[in-house]
Amino acid sequence: MSSCKEDDPRIDGIQSRIRVVPNFPKPGIMFQDITTVLLDPRAFKDTIDLFVERYKSKNITVVAGIEARGFIFGPPIALAIGAKFVPLRKPKKLPGKVIREEYDLEYGSDCLEMHVGAVEPEERALVVDDLIATGGTLCAAMNLLERAGAEVVECACVIEIPDLKGRDRLNGKPLFVLVESQ
Amino acid sequence: MFAAENGLKGDPRLKGISDAIRVVPHFPKPGIMFQDITTLVSNPRAFKDTIDIFVDRYRDMDISVVAGVEARGFMFAPAIALAIGAKFIPLRKPGKLPGEVISEAYELEYGKDRLEMHVGTVQHGDRALIIDDLVATGGTLSAAIRLLERVGAEVVECACVIGLPEVKGRCRLGGKPLYMLVEPRQ
Repeated sequence: MSSCKEDDPRIDGIQSRIRVVPNFPKPGIMFQDITTVLLDPRAFKDTIDLFVERYKSKNITVVAGIEARGFIFGPPIALAIGAKFVPLRKPKKLPGKVIREEYDLEYGSDCLEMHVGAVEPEERALVVDDLIATGGTLCAAMNLLERAGAEVVECACVIEIPDLKGRDRLNGKPLFVLVESQ
Repeated sequence: MFAAENGLKGDPRLKGISDAIRVVPHFPKPGIMFQDITTLVSNPRAFKDTIDIFVDRYRDMDISVVAGVEARGFMFAPAIALAIGAKFIPLRKPGKLPGEVISEAYELEYGKDRLEMHVGTVQHGDRALIIDDLVATGGTLSAAIRLLERVGAEVVECACVIGLPEVKGRCRLGGKPLYMLVEPRQ
């Protein structure tokens, strides 16, 4: 169900390009920076290819990307598999009618929004973000898609932080990641 | 310059792209006819055509860097970078990029904002493209040009899907060529 690509030779190249920035955005957090992967055309292409190979025969009609780093990986995947790209955004960024889903942060809460009509009932959806930590944002994303009647086939991230157990917050939905961070 | 005046006159893809853009009146405030590209990126044919037109234009220009302006520029720039084998550089609002950054201020209608770029990502001699969904006053793009030039890159061109009336008739912005696919819909 949930899986990680450990044996593909392209994974090493991707993992070695991820930069860890200590104490960002606050003390104690080891930030997993994917911008360094994007600087290596080979590693960036391999990242997208690994997702495309997995999803191209799964009849995915929607790729939903979470603002803002999900916008970097989601559209190339959508384009390659012939699916719609749907941005899931912070409040008040999307024009027109939206549905919103609140989720908990460490302190307080935040919201994710999706356009009404972006997704139709029974569409098959993929949710994409650069990283899964606690799983709160991904969970909100899945809820938005399910409220619109879509089936969330899988969540896909470049990086997982296993210690934060985000995988367990996905209500049994499968999670596919390329790299686990230490 | 618009694509239709620059080699793509009568190209049916341009009409498809224009038709796929949704206009939302009075967003974010009264009087603004907001050009919404989310309907473009959720139309696989029109989205692919958009990227193909940019890729066809830039693939033989020796572009080594494609910079995308947060956040809607992120929906277009990476696909272009991947297709032409260039680095993708995100240009972001303050405080989002970890590690060392440089920043440039630019004017908003009321007040100022800043755009940031990572230090060490772009070299002297890199040939850069800057991508955003839309150009209006050109303030954001001008800040993006300044960031790239500060680190020694040559900005070859700025490219946007939509060009608003403020830039109509202009072929250049901040001293650099400006390329746009379509005008705003009414």
